Amino acid sequence: MSDYLLEARGIVKNYGHVEVLRGADFTVRAGQVTALIGDNGAGKSTLVKILSGVMPPQGGQILLNGQPIQFDSPTHARDCGIETVYQDLALAPDLGPAENAFIGRELLKPGWLGRLGVLDKKRMRREAFATFTSLGTDVKDMDASVAALSGGQRQSVAICRSVMWAKGLVFMDEPTAALGVRQTRRVLDLITRVAASGVAVVLISHNMPEVLEVSQSIQVLRLGKRVAEFGSGASVDDLVGAMTGSLEVTA
Amino acid sequence: MSMTERDPELSAEKGRAAALARSEFSINTPTGDGDEARDAVAASGVSDRRRFVMRGLNSSPAYMFAVLAALFIVFSVLSPSTFPTQANVKNLVVDTSIFLVMSVGMTYVMVAAGFDLSIGSVLVFAGICAVKTMTWIGGQGYWTALAGLVVAIVAGVAWGVFNGLCVTRLRVPALITTLGTLGAALGIANLMTNGNDIAVAQHSLINIQIDEVAGLPWIVWLALVVVLVGGAVLRYTRFGRHTYVIGSNDEAARRAGINVNAHLVKLYAISGGLAGLAGMMSLVRFSTTTIGGHSQDALTVITGVILGGTSLYGGYGVILGTVIGIFIPTVLQNGLVVEGVQPFWQNVAIGFILIAAVYLDQLKRRARDRA
Repeated sequence: MSDYLLEARGIVKNYGHVEVLRGADFTVRAGQVTALIGDNGAGKSTLVKILSGVMPPQGGQILLNGQPIQFDSPTHARDCGIETVYQDLALAPDLGPAENAFIGRELLKPGWLGRLGVLDKKRMRREAFATFTSLGTDVKDMDASVAALSGGQRQSVAICRSVMWAKGLVFMDEPTAALGVRQTRRVLDLITRVAASGVAVVLISHNMPEVLEVSQSIQVLRLGKRVAEFGSGASVDDLVGAMTGSLEVTA
Repeated sequence: MSMTERDPELSAEKGRAAALARSEFSINTPTGDGDEARDAVAASGVSDRRRFVMRGLNSSPAYMFAVLAALFIVFSVLSPSTFPTQANVKNLVVDTSIFLVMSVGMTYVMVAAGFDLSIGSVLVFAGICAVKTMTWIGGQGYWTALAGLVVAIVAGVAWGVFNGLCVTRLRVPALITTLGTLGAALGIANLMTNGNDIAVAQHSLINIQIDEVAGLPWIVWLALVVVLVGGAVLRYTRFGRHTYVIGSNDEAARRAGINVNAHLVKLYAISGGLAGLAGMMSLVRFSTTTIGGHSQDALTVITGVILGGTSLYGGYGVILGTVIGIFIPTVLQNGLVVEGVQPFWQNVAIGFILIAAVYLDQLKRRARDRA
């Protein structure tokens, strides 16, 4: 049993002649917020896509709970307990928060009604509501369509949905990029609570103060490699230095 | 009693919520324990009902029902002896039943942000296939009619699957695909009959045409069954839910592991199959194939579906709304005929109502997206 929930070793990925990842390492511990930062083009998105099963790596190894694993598809990664909150949230705007929480995983009524495919709407509502409240997300109107919610609430719905299903790890791609100050605050609190519940959170963000505030581990990607790993005590200058390469740190 | 106790299977699956509620971090959550959570759910359940009613009253189907009721009252007042009679109302319902069946399929397709222009031609094609089959089998009995019905539905489903495959696999927009099959299906239908209508002399079909149950002919009851089943499936089942998700955000559906392409093919197949069923109903009703009489069907049905509140952009729509929407043009037409006004005014009125309905839908979406 390794220390890490998820570990990537020497991941290689090329798009044609472009080397995007050249032996990138990445490690995630359960119950922690791990930040993945790097300049544009450093390979963050590609690494996340590989670790969430969207595409296979060309080299390297992925270990889940210490066991080597190959993700065939995002569905496979999800079955392994890895969820992703996409930047575009992937919510259905016309449906409500509870309905969104159960997209593709609808609960059916017990008995013959369920066999006919009849939804258990009450139970889904109840469960979604319980998850939202337990994560401190106050969704005022469980009936309103998601489109009628504020940006922060929408983000919260997307995060709660993934946490509801994530047995191990949630990737969050720029979860606060489109939010105002107060809403950002709420989402950061939510991220902290999610990690406290035992789920590992991987936070991809450009906002250094934010990263420093919530993360226990900060891993910097530059030119397709992990060049540095910091604890929460690092400074913005450290991070920026590692990202741009002006500061030489050995991982 | 907490959530966990109530549903052991559930808690095994996702005990995290409950565990979290008990954890120290629950201090900053509004609900500290299971009981409070349940109370909150119960509380939201109470206000729910009121909210549900408010929302129902504030929806397009409710507005359109008011319009429909107003039309009915106005015509009843104008000609109390001819419009609100049993015979006239029956006439109205029979006129609408074939459109109703097709509109159920159209609602499914449009909720998923699709479109099906081909239904009128598919109706004609399926009717001709049914007639040919019944002639080939021979006999006047109900089994022959049943064979015709099966062939009509299969022919409709075949066109629907073709539409669905073109839209999903070849990525030809639904508008163009179904415009193509609108022409092609009618063309093949004309080739099969050299452009001449075939009269149907099936005793069984004529019996079905004449027989009534509780004062209404069989095709009306059939339409009612289709509406009820179609409405229930869309509203209460996983299949219906996936239809809404796809119409609302197909990328979200795909990422959630829903097979979007397969689902869309099924929806077009339903639309085609119901057009096939409508083809058989049309044979029953008119005792002939009515090749030239269905070029406007798709437009009539789409108008009804949109008037009923289904969004042109997908993601929203209910069968009840569609039923109301389909009745508006029919009541208007019937009422104008009864009043002795040129029925062409119906086309004028419905045309502008349609534009207004889509405009209102746009306004609503814009207001919502701004929120």
